[in-house]
Amino acid sequence: MAGHVDALYFALVAMAAFFTFLVSALILYFAIRYRKERSPQATQIHGSTALELIWTGIPLGIVMIIFVWSSIIFFMQTRPPKGAMEVYTVGKQWMWKFQHTEGQREINELHVPSGRDVRMIMTSQDVIHSFYVPAFRIKADVLPGRYTSTWFHATTPGRYHLFCAEYCGTQHSGMIGEVVVMEPADYDRWAAGGVDGSLASSGEKTFQQYGCSMCHRGDAAGRGPNLVGVFGHPVLLDDGRTVTADESYVRESILNPGAKIASGFKNIMPTFEGQLSEEEVIGLVAYVKALGNGTANLPIPVSEPNSGDYPLAPKAESSAAKSDKTATPPAKTEPAKPAAKQ
Amino acid sequence: METAIQNTEPKKKNYLNADYGVMSWLLTTDHKRIALLYLGSITLFFFLGGFFAMLIRLELLTPAGDLVLSDTYNKLFTMHGVVMIFLFLIPSIPAVFGNFLVPMMIGAKDLAFPKLNLASWYLYMAGAGFIMYAILTGGLDTGWTFYTPYSTTYSNTNVVSAAIGVFIVGFSSIFTGLNIMVTVHRMRAPGLTWQRLPLFIWAHYATSVIMVLGTPVLAITIVLVALERIFHFGIFDARLGGDPLLFQHLFWFYSHPAVYIMILPSMAVISEVIACFSRKRPFGYNFIAMSSVAIAVLGFLVWAHHMFVAGISTYAAMIFSLLTFFVAIPSAVKVFNWTATLYKGSITFETPMLYAFAFIGLFTIGGLTGVFLGAVGIDLHVTDTYFVVAHFHYVMVGGGVTGFLCALHFWWPKMTGKMYPESFAKLSAVLVFLGFNLTFFPQFLLGYMGMPRRYHAYPPEFQVLNVLSTAGASILAVGFLLPMIYLAWSLRYGKDAGPNPYRAAGLEWQTVSPPTTFNFEETPVVTWEAYNYDEIDGTTKGVEVAG
Repeated sequence: MAGHVDALYFALVAMAAFFTFLVSALILYFAIRYRKERSPQATQIHGSTALELIWTGIPLGIVMIIFVWSSIIFFMQTRPPKGAMEVYTVGKQWMWKFQHTEGQREINELHVPSGRDVRMIMTSQDVIHSFYVPAFRIKADVLPGRYTSTWFHATTPGRYHLFCAEYCGTQHSGMIGEVVVMEPADYDRWAAGGVDGSLASSGEKTFQQYGCSMCHRGDAAGRGPNLVGVFGHPVLLDDGRTVTADESYVRESILNPGAKIASGFKNIMPTFEGQLSEEEVIGLVAYVKALGNGTANLPIPVSEPNSGDYPLAPKAESSAAKSDKTATPPAKTEPAKPAAKQ
Repeated sequence: METAIQNTEPKKKNYLNADYGVMSWLLTTDHKRIALLYLGSITLFFFLGGFFAMLIRLELLTPAGDLVLSDTYNKLFTMHGVVMIFLFLIPSIPAVFGNFLVPMMIGAKDLAFPKLNLASWYLYMAGAGFIMYAILTGGLDTGWTFYTPYSTTYSNTNVVSAAIGVFIVGFSSIFTGLNIMVTVHRMRAPGLTWQRLPLFIWAHYATSVIMVLGTPVLAITIVLVALERIFHFGIFDARLGGDPLLFQHLFWFYSHPAVYIMILPSMAVISEVIACFSRKRPFGYNFIAMSSVAIAVLGFLVWAHHMFVAGISTYAAMIFSLLTFFVAIPSAVKVFNWTATLYKGSITFETPMLYAFAFIGLFTIGGLTGVFLGAVGIDLHVTDTYFVVAHFHYVMVGGGVTGFLCALHFWWPKMTGKMYPESFAKLSAVLVFLGFNLTFFPQFLLGYMGMPRRYHAYPPEFQVLNVLSTAGASILAVGFLLPMIYLAWSLRYGKDAGPNPYRAAGLEWQTVSPPTTFNFEETPVVTWEAYNYDEIDGTTKGVEVAG
């Protein structure tokens, strides 16, 4: 990818240099050739439509070539290949938090394998941030309240700068980190080391802890849709529209369930806005995704004590509801406070 | 300023000595005096913004954030942007030279609404007052772009006061735009058809359209920011149910056209100056005039190119990329036409012409690097880096400020009746050109290497280029300070300019310098085409020169 961007970039540098030198050279030549001493009398020339058309048409042609070329690159930059591994990212003032599907969590350091496609699914807990790795020539803003994504394919193991590129407050220039690109075998060892369960399995715990399984049951009797096999497929809504069940749809359905009701179901699900941390939502998304591709199953709808807790989730961010370890939906508690007002 | 003029034993009444005393200035409705009020105010704010810029450049001499705290640094770049954009660049040429010259160029006594014109200056000062209040009560740290939800929920600075200031200043700009539009429509001298208008007028007309149509959107946006910040209405903050991208759409819907508010008037100046010092009618008059109008129209259709990485859809990004490439064309047409104007001219190299050359070179680089940013595939890498910083400084300083200095030198004799010292002026033009390039060219490289903008501290591999940039900034500062000194000097000691020291075409040169309060002894009747340099230089009819 960096190669494609650089190729276009240097083509543009050549184009810009050509026109800059053309204009400068002409100005310089005219200024010397037609200076008053040599050219005491100006010749009035009112213009030339032919010339105007030429110097409108040629630049137009050039920029259209650039447009097509850059759009092709842009398509590659924004369309992750199928089967890319996924890393979930939460930006907050002023750190980057990463969650790997294998279960690893890290802050301001992102381990990825070389030679594989990596898709970042990102959201922010507070203001807008921007995920920027100059070496990969990619950048994508990270917004509160929604998922954005980007992807890259690192080729060479090493350590690369990671910057926040959207101004986010006091420590904006401190919201930096490193992307550590490892040999695939090393990465697999790293990803397997010292985790007690995948991201989907922690999502499954959240799913049970908040009583989601009471309604979203594995049989047809649930008050909510059976979530097995849903992710990645079209969902018919009660107003006749169809949406694809992607990360954003799952997220919206958790935090704003009334926005898009699946056909055949009632708008009875309470919102979990303010009750789940972004990390918990990500766990749930990963779990629903795993249900979608058959790598996980819906649990039997029976409450069981929740044993797993979040190893890296800072205490201050966990909502009040989090300590509620029963399987019933937690009573609505005070909404989470803006993290930045600390 | 006026005292110096008064001391030079006025032989004739002109607009400067027609009345004396503070009130004669504060209550004036003379467009020329209001232009001078604006000139004084924006010069003050230019140096204030420049002071912030110097502190930014000094901080960036070293990779560590060691000169000021990061909060202070964030306030410095915010205040630099707010002051330079809202208090200097947007009013600069339209409110000073547009104000002064539009009536004179079309043979009118004043603008259509003289009192509205004065009100515009008072609104400007009131808005500036609110912005200064925000700066003095702890500063502002949102960036000049006021991005939400940072500005509405997270910033601890005086956002509301600054927002009120920007809101009010916006109305001064609407008033100026309205005034210029109506004046151009209704008050042209007999015989002065649209096809005979100086290109300066065409570009100012286009600028005024943008001011009148675009600025209300900024005003609404700013009000919404204030509502969300004060009353927590959920408009832009996702937590409250709002949409942070909505802010960016609204903000750039004004702020992209605002870039053309800053550059079109400079283009207006360059068209006049190139014509005068090559003694020729500009090549392709119609194309230059229509390209101004095209820029004003297309400029409204490209705002989301500031948002390619912000989370807009792939297809939206591509459409805005395409439209962005279209808007590059009229600017290119202008550059080619100015260059062609030189062909078979009779060129001299007075200071305004040097600035015009500098403008074409710097604006060409600024415009071409805009093509880089319009290419989405490149933009993803270089947006929000120093590449963007370099690009818009090439346009706004290399284009906007250079055009302002060009205008200041070109019409200084008309405004004051005095000539500036030519050799000092040439020296400062060269310093500005060299200092500017040394300051901002390295930033293109920094951006491509990946240095993000608005960074208080940066990785050490970026230091060399940052040192070069800071060195350039100190040369640039000298280049900007010199004119202050020699122009002030010229007020007392400068040679008398006479009505038309450059033998320039244009009605403004056919009256005395400085002009009388009502500009012309009698309303001129125009029987010639604009830029009749063949007639002025004595081959044909010849033009009456009054005074």
